[in-house]
Amino acid sequence: MSILKNKHLIGLEHTPADDIQLLIDTGFTFREVLDRPIKKVPSLIGKNIVNLFFENSTRTRISFELAEKRLSAEVTNFSSSSSSVNKGEGLKDTIQNIHAMKMDCVVMRHPSSGACFQLSKYVDSVIINAGDGMHEHPTQALLDMMSLQERFGKLRGLKIAILGDISHSRVALSNIFGLKKMGAKVLLCGPPHLIPRDIEKLGVEINSDIDEVIEWADALNVLRIQRERMGVGIIPSIREYRNYFGITQERLSRHKKEIIIMHPGPMNRGVEIDSSIADGKQAIILDQVLNGVAVRMSILYLLLGPEEEVNA
Amino acid sequence: MISTLKGSILLENGTIYDPCNNKIIKGAILLQNGIIKEVGKFTPPKNVKRINCQGKIVAPGLIDIHAHFREPGREDKETLATGALAAFSGGFTRVCVMPNTNPPLDSPESIRFILEKAADLPIHIFPIGAITQRQEGLELTEIGEMVQAGAVAISDDGLPVQNGQVMRYAVEYAQKFKIPVINHAEDTYLSNGGVMNESALSTQFGLPGNPDISESVMVHRDLEIAEFTNGRIHIPHVSTARSVHLIRQYKKKGLNITAEVTPHHLGLSENTLSQFDTNAKVAPPLRTDKDRKALIDGLMDGTIDCIATDHAPHTIEEKEMDFIHAPCGMIGLESAFGLAHTVLVEAGAKTEQVIQWMTDGAARVMGWELNPFGIGCPAEISIIDPKEKWQFTESHIQSRSRNSPMVGMAFKGRVVSTISGKYFFGKQLD
Repeated sequence: MSILKNKHLIGLEHTPADDIQLLIDTGFTFREVLDRPIKKVPSLIGKNIVNLFFENSTRTRISFELAEKRLSAEVTNFSSSSSSVNKGEGLKDTIQNIHAMKMDCVVMRHPSSGACFQLSKYVDSVIINAGDGMHEHPTQALLDMMSLQERFGKLRGLKIAILGDISHSRVALSNIFGLKKMGAKVLLCGPPHLIPRDIEKLGVEINSDIDEVIEWADALNVLRIQRERMGVGIIPSIREYRNYFGITQERLSRHKKEIIIMHPGPMNRGVEIDSSIADGKQAIILDQVLNGVAVRMSILYLLLGPEEEVNA
Repeated sequence: MISTLKGSILLENGTIYDPCNNKIIKGAILLQNGIIKEVGKFTPPKNVKRINCQGKIVAPGLIDIHAHFREPGREDKETLATGALAAFSGGFTRVCVMPNTNPPLDSPESIRFILEKAADLPIHIFPIGAITQRQEGLELTEIGEMVQAGAVAISDDGLPVQNGQVMRYAVEYAQKFKIPVINHAEDTYLSNGGVMNESALSTQFGLPGNPDISESVMVHRDLEIAEFTNGRIHIPHVSTARSVHLIRQYKKKGLNITAEVTPHHLGLSENTLSQFDTNAKVAPPLRTDKDRKALIDGLMDGTIDCIATDHAPHTIEEKEMDFIHAPCGMIGLESAFGLAHTVLVEAGAKTEQVIQWMTDGAARVMGWELNPFGIGCPAEISIIDPKEKWQFTESHIQSRSRNSPMVGMAFKGRVVSTISGKYFFGKQLD
C-alpha cells in the first residue's frame, strides 16, 4: 500500500492537497538524484511497469520511461496508433491482457476521457494517468506546480494564468484542480469559444484580454494550440491568434514586468509563443522537462515503493 | 415467470381503475380463457380461480410508444420475443417499436415482417415506420403503404431529420394518413459530438458536452413546421427545460402536438455519470436537476402527454468500451413503472396519474381510443402495488441486454402481475 490516500493517480481532482505537496517535495529529493553522476537508485527493483500509450506521445512517454529506469523498475512499452482505439475496441482487451500479465503498475495515455478510471475498476495494478482525452493530465500539472514552487518557493497566493484552448486541454483542467487545492489563484485566457461554459464554477477567473492578464499574473502557462483547430473555422488564422493571444517578444516588451513563462510542450514557435521568449530568461520550460522526470519518479516511488522515507 | 391462464379467473378485492375516464370501478373482473367476461358487481361462477388483489390497483396494461427491439439485424441485443418478455414483465401489454433496425423499417414489407414475427408473442407490438428511406433524411418512404401494412407512426428515431424541407414534406404528407410524425429532436451540429450534457460537470469530467439547445433548437423548428402546416407531430424523449417551455407555449396556441418523457430523464441527472458509467450514456443525455424538475412540471400541467421508455438494448461488449465510443441508450421496460412512480409520487403526483401517463396518455398520442376492461375483449391488465418497496436488480431484467444504470436503485411501487389475453406474468397462481 502506498502512503498516499489513493492507490492510483487518475487525476488531481481527487488527490488531497497534502498528497500533492508530498509528491512535489519528494520530487525535489529525486531532483538531487538526477544531478548525481550515476542517476539511478534501486527503489523499484523487481517492479513491473507497462507504459500503455494509445495516443501519440514523445515527451511524456520518454519522461516516464526515464523515471522508471532510474528507479530500477522493469519497463515494458506498448504504443498503439489512435486508429485502433478509434474503433473503440481497445479498452476491454487491454484490461484482460493486463490482468493476465500481472503488472504492478500501468501508465496509460488514452484518447478517451475517463479511460484510466474505467481501467482502475477492473485491474488490480496501480494506474497512473498519462493523459486521458480532455479530462486530466495529472503528472503534467504536478511538474508544473513543482516548477512554480522551485521558482517562487511556494504555491499559495500565486497568480497563475493558463492561456490558450482551454476547452480541449487536459493540462489546463489538471492544473486548475491542482493549483486551486494548493491555494493559488487561477485565471483562464483564450478565445471565448474555447473556454468551457460554466468553468467559473471550478473557482477560476476568465479574461480574454491578454495584456490585462500579463499585468495580473506571476506566471503564464502557455498551452499548445493544436494545428488541427487552425483553418477549420474554429481559430480563424495564425495571424489573428498571434495578434490577440500570442506571447510575442513585442507584447512582453511593452509590459515592463517580471513574469514567468511556462509551456507543456511541444511548442508551436511563432504561433502561441515566440522563439525569443521560449528561449529567454523568463522561460522555465526546460526546468519543467527536468522536473517532469523527477516528479514522475516521486509518483512511482510513492505509489509503488516501500513505505519508509526516501533515502536519497 | 410467464404462464397461461386457463378457465375462469376472478380478479377480486382490488381497486379497478379506468384512467380514460378517471374513475374507480367497484367490484371484480372475471376472465374466461383470457377474455373479459364481467366487470363490476356480479356473482362469480363456481370453480373460479381467484386472484386476490387486496391493496393493489387493477389497471389497463401499460403502453410504451417508444422502444427499440433491434430485430431485424441486431438480434444479439434484443429480439421481438425477448423485448416482448421484458415489456410484459414490466407491466406493458402494448409496445411501439422504432424502425432503426438493420435494415430499417422503411417499407411495407418490413412492417409486415415485424407484425408476422410478433403475431404469437404475449403482447401487442406496433411497428413505427421510417420517415425517410434508409433513414438517410432525404427521400420520403412509402408512408401510405406502410400505414396500410400496420405502421402506427413514422420516425427516423436515433437520427434526426436535419433537413427542414424534408420534415415539412413528411408532416404535410403524413396528415393524409392520420399518423404522428416523431422526429428525434437534435441539431447534430450543435450537439457537436457531445457525449453528456454540456455543463460544469462535463468540463470537470473532460467529456465533450452536448448543450441543451441542441434539442430545443430542433424542437422549436418542428413546432414552427407543425404550426405552419397544421400538422401532427409528436416530440419524443424531451430532456430539457427549454424544450418544455417551448412546447408549453405552442400548446397554448391549440396545435395538435404531443410530447413524451422517459423515466430516466425524470429520475436521473447528469450526476449519474460521475463514475464514467457507460450505462448512463444516452441520447438525449441526462440533464440537470433543473431540467428534471421542469420535465416533472411539464407532465403535471399537461405540456407532456405521456411517459415512454426509449428502451435501447446494447451488448455488454459495446457498453464496456471507453466512454466516447460506447453507444447511447439504456434498457428501461422492466424498471419503467418503478422509477417513474417513485420519482413522480415523491414530486406530488398520484399513482392514478402515473398510470394515466403510461396508458391513456400514451394511447392518445397514437390516436387510439382505449376501451379499458371492455367486455368481450382480450384482457390487457396490469396489477399494481403502489406501496411495495423493492430494489431493482439484474434478476428483474428479462431483456437480452443488461445496460441499465437503474440496477441497484430502490423503488416504491411495482407492477406485480401483467395479463395479456391468456398470458400472465408474475408470481405463479395457486
